[in-house]
Amino acid sequence: MATDNRPLSPHLQVYRPQLTSVLSISHRISGVINSVGLVAVVLWVLALASGPESYAQFIAIAGHPVAVIAMLAWTVSLFYHLLNGIRHLLWDAGWLLDLKGAYASGYAVVAGAAILTAFSWWEVLA
Amino acid sequence: MRFRNPLASARNHGAAGGGVEHWWAQRFSAIVMLALSIWVVYAIASIVGASYSEASAFLSRPFNAALGILFIATSLYHSRLGLQVVIEDYIHHRGLEIALILLVKLAALVGGVLAVVAILNIAFGA
Repeated sequence: MATDNRPLSPHLQVYRPQLTSVLSISHRISGVINSVGLVAVVLWVLALASGPESYAQFIAIAGHPVAVIAMLAWTVSLFYHLLNGIRHLLWDAGWLLDLKGAYASGYAVVAGAAILTAFSWWEVLA
Repeated sequence: MRFRNPLASARNHGAAGGGVEHWWAQRFSAIVMLALSIWVVYAIASIVGASYSEASAFLSRPFNAALGILFIATSLYHSRLGLQVVIEDYIHHRGLEIALILLVKLAALVGGVLAVVAILNIAFGA
């Protein structure tokens, strides 16, 4: 029996995006982005251990506009993954599993990530 | 009528043959990082804009070195567990899937050892 071409549910191409599904895939995407960010953290520690010259080199690269944009993206991604991770842990404990709880916590996570990102960059730049 | 083999019930691994330990490890490492996040905020606040000597002085304090090692180890572990699930879900070529999972495990291990040695190096002023 040929089973390769059977339609799969949910059929993503025709499925209307919802807050819950968008936040779900965003958790994965932010996790991957955070993993890339971890590489930079390891490189930072290595640069610091290698002496003042390599540290200065690292700081110079980190000041490049592309690196600054990457750091901004990592900040958003980190705060989102942190807050949505708490949401997931609460779900694992059996809380907020109804539609209302899932949506309310979803909006809270988005707002929280935006506020924490704005606050940290304001602290850094001020 | 029960269709499940008694041995399958005893092992209780379900159709995938595993995953319970992975699930718990992902949650446990998440909770450890959640506790460490308070220190991470303190560390980032101390490190942003710091000079080479200020940054090394920060990481040479035993408490900071210990929590830094703990955080890098936990986050790399959590990261490799998460990336494994992403690879398992989206890479449909079995050989490539296994190769990528091994690569991620290796990268996390190598990155972790590099970072830990670097932090110890800074802490003991070698």
